[in-house]
Amino acid sequence: MEPLRALEEAYNKFSHDPSFKKELAGWLDTFAGRPTPLYLAANLTRHVGGARIYLKREDLLHGGAHKINNTLGQALLAKKMGKRRIIAETGAGQHGVATAMACAALGLGAEVYMGSEDMDRQKLNVYRMKMLGAKVHPVESGSRTLKDAINEALRDWVTNVQETYYLLGSVVGPHPYPTMVRDFQSVIGKEARKQILQADGKLPKAVVACVGGGSNSIGIFHSFLHDLDVNLYGVEAGGESLSPGQNAAPLVAGREGVLHGMMTYVLQDEAGQVQTTRSISAGLDYPGVGPEHAFLMNEGRAKYVTVSDEEALDAFKTLSQLEGIMPALESAHAISYAMKLAKSLATKDSILVNLSGRGDKDVEIIAKHIAQ
Amino acid sequence: MPNDDRIEAKFRELHSHREGALITYLTGGDPDPKAFLANSTALIEGGADIVEVGIPFSDPIADGPVIQASSMRALSQGATPKGILGLIRELSSQSPVPFVVLSYYNPILAMGLDRFLTKARESGVDGIVVPDLPVEESDEFRNVALKHNIDNIYLAAPNTSRTRLRTVLDKSKGFLYLVSLYGVTGPRDSLSPQALEAVKTVKSLARGKIPISAGFGISQPEHVSAVIQSGADGAIVGSALVRIIGNHLDDPSEVETQLKKTVQSFKEATRLRSD
Repeated sequence: MEPLRALEEAYNKFSHDPSFKKELAGWLDTFAGRPTPLYLAANLTRHVGGARIYLKREDLLHGGAHKINNTLGQALLAKKMGKRRIIAETGAGQHGVATAMACAALGLGAEVYMGSEDMDRQKLNVYRMKMLGAKVHPVESGSRTLKDAINEALRDWVTNVQETYYLLGSVVGPHPYPTMVRDFQSVIGKEARKQILQADGKLPKAVVACVGGGSNSIGIFHSFLHDLDVNLYGVEAGGESLSPGQNAAPLVAGREGVLHGMMTYVLQDEAGQVQTTRSISAGLDYPGVGPEHAFLMNEGRAKYVTVSDEEALDAFKTLSQLEGIMPALESAHAISYAMKLAKSLATKDSILVNLSGRGDKDVEIIAKHIAQ
Repeated sequence: MPNDDRIEAKFRELHSHREGALITYLTGGDPDPKAFLANSTALIEGGADIVEVGIPFSDPIADGPVIQASSMRALSQGATPKGILGLIRELSSQSPVPFVVLSYYNPILAMGLDRFLTKARESGVDGIVVPDLPVEESDEFRNVALKHNIDNIYLAAPNTSRTRLRTVLDKSKGFLYLVSLYGVTGPRDSLSPQALEAVKTVKSLARGKIPISAGFGISQPEHVSAVIQSGADGAIVGSALVRIIGNHLDDPSEVETQLKKTVQSFKEATRLRSD
């Protein structure tokens, strides 16, 4: 508890400090590539026939995903706290890469825990992390995916707590992480809200984002929470099916539980054992979800739905071929649902989709599926 | 039904003989229910003063590789919280030693706090440790445990602030579980440099109101005697015992023999030297 308290204290102090904010904004603009554009996917809109589909292009950020918004914020905080050793967990490897980039730029040492199963399916990101100077620790325990990488990072943190900063990659884990990561990611929604008002003259009918731990979705939702006419849709990984072990959709298929220091929805069996998950996208392959999403669902403010592996693959192909944009498989879940939704809306409406990452990391997996 | 406050009574009794308590840990149902019962019996025969049983969990974040592996063995044999409490019931009906359960919070929550603790009490459980439920979040759980006369045993670490230590000491019943190092459970060659200092600090803050037991990395008789000599009222030994099970999965009788022998040497180390 003491390290969490110290972290909360430091975060409260620096997040209100104008010089910290200015420094972070500088890194986001000149290093990460903010602001990211809002793109009207005109071909996709025509193809679907319905509401206009706008893409918030987080895939264009340095590293190829929204993850850098958070890693720069936390790495800067770690530096202010005097911690020199940074540890992180990663699922698809995007958070690991973003951590390695931020740490290299800020002169901090990075060590990343990654499930060995994820290392197999996201080899490219493993190489990238290593080339950026990070040490990658394979995790062989449990299901050898993201949840086990978090377990291992937590174990490392309690062991080396004095000199180590744990740079968590999503809006999960114990307080203050869900709040802090949300705040760092909320830059997505702040920009997007202004951009769509400028482009469209009005707010969108819906905002759609994929949900693994839930950081890109909470990041874009946050600025729209009080716009009650804007429907918020979080898209979870439907995997193969909604049967136990065949998906990664805790909000849709799980129930309340406690995992990794948070109370939220968890995929678990009768006895409270956490279940293995399944998704074609490693970044969504997590049996829990950020507690704020659980709250938004219970309050009825956001709706959570699923998209299957196959639907995500189809959306990947469609967006690639119609718009010349290869989405990450994670973001392809959001694209898929947005296409369904657009059809049901009028042409005067618009939908804002968070294109949270690019798909280069997934080409090997996709090539395999296309071959089958 | 066990009597109330059996844990603290045990510490008082040992204290009058100038002994510390030896608290042994095994993961419930490891490697299978029958062997677990036999191994627990061996520990009790070897001199365990208090028997701690872990409810196996899929994500034991406070545990190192030895106890992680034991949890996986038990779960692969179909262990459930209900099943483990049933095994404790068998043990407690045959032995007067106090029983402590260690469980991560989610399996308790899944059964329901009241149901879990009712069942635990019926099974002869005297105390409970929930490593991922911090004292700040535990009021509801604590009240249900109090209602069922189950001692709530909280953890403290070497970096726990004095303010928080006072709260933890104030809310703990049975004993305070002092984590003697920075890290997770698992056998270590030597005692952590923080261990003895932490024992002394906590002991002085406790002012004799509640016993202190040190655990995590206590894996040699010398570690046990060092923490007891420094003022701890008990020592908790887990991974050093669980490791024996993992090392001899094909030879259950060897496990029982070694467990009994090992526990005897640990128990011997809890006796205070009269110097």
